[in-house]
Amino acid sequence: MIRHNDKPMNFNADTPILLMERLCKSYLLGAVELKVLREVALAINSGEYVAIMGPSGSGKSTLLNMIGCLDRPTSGDYWLGGQNVALLDDDELSLIRGSRIGFIFQSFNLINQLNVVENIEVPMYYQGYSEHQSAQRARELATMVGLGERLGHRPSELSGGQQQRVAIARALVNDPLIILADEPTGNLDSESGTEILKILMDLHRQGKTLIVVTHDEHIAESAGRIVEIFDGQIRHR
Amino acid sequence: MFVFHLKRTAKLGIKSLWMHKLRSTLTTLGIIFGVSSVIAMLAIGEGASQATQDQIARLGSRNIIVKTVSPPEDKEVSGQNQSMREYGLTYLDAERFRDSMPNAEVVVPSRRLPQQAWYRNRKVAVEVIGTVPWYPEISPIQLKSGRFLGSIDMHHKQAVCVIDENVVKELFVFDDPLDLDVKIRGDYYRVIGVVSPEDLGPTGKGLENGEPKPKGQGGANVGSIYVPLTTVKNRFGETSIQYSGSSGRSVERVELQEITVKVGAMNEVLPTRDILETLLNRFHKKDDYQVVVPLELLKQAKQTQRIFSIVLGSIAAISLLVGGIGIMNIMLATVSERTREIGIRRALGARKRDIVLQFLSETLLLTLLGGILGISLGSLVPFLVTHFGHMPTVITGGSLLLAFGISGMIGVIFGLYPAYRAANMDPIQSLRHE
Repeated sequence: MIRHNDKPMNFNADTPILLMERLCKSYLLGAVELKVLREVALAINSGEYVAIMGPSGSGKSTLLNMIGCLDRPTSGDYWLGGQNVALLDDDELSLIRGSRIGFIFQSFNLINQLNVVENIEVPMYYQGYSEHQSAQRARELATMVGLGERLGHRPSELSGGQQQRVAIARALVNDPLIILADEPTGNLDSESGTEILKILMDLHRQGKTLIVVTHDEHIAESAGRIVEIFDGQIRHR
Repeated sequence: MFVFHLKRTAKLGIKSLWMHKLRSTLTTLGIIFGVSSVIAMLAIGEGASQATQDQIARLGSRNIIVKTVSPPEDKEVSGQNQSMREYGLTYLDAERFRDSMPNAEVVVPSRRLPQQAWYRNRKVAVEVIGTVPWYPEISPIQLKSGRFLGSIDMHHKQAVCVIDENVVKELFVFDDPLDLDVKIRGDYYRVIGVVSPEDLGPTGKGLENGEPKPKGQGGANVGSIYVPLTTVKNRFGETSIQYSGSSGRSVERVELQEITVKVGAMNEVLPTRDILETLLNRFHKKDDYQVVVPLELLKQAKQTQRIFSIVLGSIAAISLLVGGIGIMNIMLATVSERTREIGIRRALGARKRDIVLQFLSETLLLTLLGGILGISLGSLVPFLVTHFGHMPTVITGGSLLLAFGISGMIGVIFGLYPAYRAANMDPIQSLRHE
């Protein structure tokens, strides 16, 4: 049951933590094959802060789903932390999502019937941690993102910025290899957005690998590298 | 570890159900009514079955009862009313039974006459049973005080009697009946003993005669008075005159109303019955007797009860099924309402089986809760039925287990489909779901 001890040991700083090679994804629309990603090649090193930008319809969301292991490529390879996740089955992908990826969504995606601590605990719950362990870690992280006073609150009782901070804490709880943020400030006013951006910058400074998908030039500028996707292909700026 | 995980899953389930209290309550109601109707139906069925079997068992499972019936064709043949009709069992029959059937343990001939018994100025309708001293062997009566009829009474045709407690209650009220005299048709009989009533209950009486007796003929008497057979033969004779309407009277001559044969073991009952019928056939040209075998009645009753139980059980099962479908419906609605939550959980590392477990445990919680409440309610219903409806009910441990098991099974069966549907949703689309 306990699944949190199987982190890969065989990668070091100069091999990329994320490596995509000739990654293709196509959908069948009736008889027509729609190629959304065309031979994407992408390498991200540990500790990098990468912004992925692109107009809508460019394949940005699909790439995000690929990176997040929510979807499987049609062809090509995707190495995450030294493991080719393109070949994994559904259960193994769930394990990867739970243990190596921290998701931050545009619309926060907190579970309404759970309070702050319980929301942060969710990824640990599926990795088989005990209630005691996960509650303690969740409380620590909530305090770290500045919600120490609101541990028992429901998401509906929090502001947007606070909700996104809960989501950040949740993304950190299993100590993932990469943190994947999809328009993290898209639903926030500029003040809260700045706050969230500051937290993300802090995380980057602490050595976390950060991938942010955004429209926002302001966020993109804060990133160390911008990857542009256009018509299913990567263009490095 | 796994148990620990289950505990958290259950906690999560309770939390989700608690969010929708009204919905959960209404859903559970379906199961509550289903389970309680299973228990109540089974209890009522079982109660009725046991009551019938009790009554039949009191007739004696090792007994074969031969009764005199008035032959139907005789009525048409004997156009003239004046002629004396002679039919029924005879003393000779009783002797033949005793002599020619080795496995007959006891043979009890008896006469049954509706009479009126007097004590001082009180009068009650009774059944005078002229019988032999070993009558208690074939009957459930028990001696309460005094003694039963003896051989000496038989031999000397004594004017003595044994009365049952119902007669005591109606006729003597507060007096101790022992050594007092009862007047029946102008003669006095000394009471030498009191026995418990030979009460067969309404169903038993009906079964005894093949069909329920209309009230007023034989059912109106308050109890029985046992008198030596020889005394009855002496004092009452064997002919009876019945005045019927304006056309005149009919005279009947009947020696014995009943002969009861008791055999040594239950498996001898049916073979002995066959021998007995062959024997009777040879000596009775007219169809003037009826053989009643309580053991066979018991078998028939059991069969009837089984059909009864199946019908009741099916009704209850259908209500459980409806409850189960209600649960499935609600769970499907819940799943589609919580699509986004499922997507979030999948993105955060939940495997398909985690999602299945989550929704299945919610359904199970609902049904098991419904099962427990249903058992409580279902145990209460038979109690009320017994109390207000005066019907016997029996709740067996098996029926409780069955009901609980069924509710759990319904939880699994009707919970699996919604849970699988939840687990197999595409996480990407679930996340986008509004």
